[in-house]
Amino acid sequence: MAALPLMKLIRLKGVPILQQLHLEERLLRTSPHNWCIINDGTNLPHIVMGISGKPAELLEINSVLRDKVPVIRRFSGGGTVIVDTGTIFVTFICNKDDVSEVQPYPRPIMSWSSLLYSKVFQGVGDFVLRENDYAFGNRKFGGNAQSITKNRWIHHTSFLWDYEINNMAYLKLPKRAPEYRLARNHLDFICCMKEYMPRTNFITRTVDALQGEFSVETTDLEAVESPPNTKFIHSSKILTERELEEAALG
Amino acid sequence: MALRVWASSAANALKLSPAAPFSLSRCFSSVLDGAKYATSHEWVKHEGSVATIGITDHAQDHLGEVVFVELPEPGAAVTQASGFGAVESVKATSDVNSPISGEVVEVNTKLTETPGLINSSPYADGWMIKVKPSNPSELESLMGPTEYTKFCEEEDAAH
Repeated sequence: MAALPLMKLIRLKGVPILQQLHLEERLLRTSPHNWCIINDGTNLPHIVMGISGKPAELLEINSVLRDKVPVIRRFSGGGTVIVDTGTIFVTFICNKDDVSEVQPYPRPIMSWSSLLYSKVFQGVGDFVLRENDYAFGNRKFGGNAQSITKNRWIHHTSFLWDYEINNMAYLKLPKRAPEYRLARNHLDFICCMKEYMPRTNFITRTVDALQGEFSVETTDLEAVESPPNTKFIHSSKILTERELEEAALG
Repeated sequence: MALRVWASSAANALKLSPAAPFSLSRCFSSVLDGAKYATSHEWVKHEGSVATIGITDHAQDHLGEVVFVELPEPGAAVTQASGFGAVESVKATSDVNSPISGEVVEVNTKLTETPGLINSSPYADGWMIKVKPSNPSELESLMGPTEYTKFCEEEDAAH
């Protein structure tokens, strides 16, 4: 029986989302290893848009500016989320040759991830991949995004463990929405994982599912971030107040 | 999936003028005769002092609807097998790599407003950059249309 490919696991708690995104992009582009990063909540609420996100289309900018909510444009594709301590992040960074049954394109990668998570949620709720979202029934609880390079890819998910109802008011109904959304507003469209599974159970079950496909080796953030790689230029950035104000003016 | 791929590439082929020779391969993605191909699914056509570069029909079909394109500025240097830009489709950004080295002399600004040209016309209106090659012999290391067609078939069959 062939040995399973190695995957290094980093477990974080409350790490700022910008720091997580910087770590992920650096590992995607400069590391030869497979990685799983789990960040159990992020310390402060942030809005995170995909690479092509336009604030004027996606955000209630005046409210965002008034309440000084940081807005990040990340390096991967996909839509807009508001993340906070109630968000659980799970990221896979893989060499395409180590997951050779998965063609390195968005839909096969999404399909592979849904098979992995179907093991995590076996017997729990009605887990399904709906277009590009993880849902229980027709309610989304996990949003996905990817970035694909020549020989590697990243698939990262923000899972809604819980959310602040007021925070959803910062997000507009997106123009590009999945068909199954059926023009529902945020509160009718999403659901919380906490209704389905204890938080630590989800993380344990995710690591267990991963061990079915990889030889998982836990490492810590300090080992990965030392010495600091100052040469790497990150794409994920916080938008300045001026950029948001200019976007609001259209 | 096969029927949709055939329909998509047949539609692409039919939109093209008879002056642009295209072939339908057995893997049902079209190729551009006279172009060379990288294993990362970009095409390059060298005519005179300029080479035009884009992504192949196979690539656009597997990527899905392209909604955003990131391109370099004219004057930028590109290196064979290194990224020069990216496309966004579904929920993913995907690097686009240059098949040859050189200097960017023109970028397709239409892709800003109409990124879907990459899907509807990958070898014509969906071209991405034009490059002045710095080392034309690099073209010899790339695949021709027949070899690339076989490469796509083998890649799809392996998954």
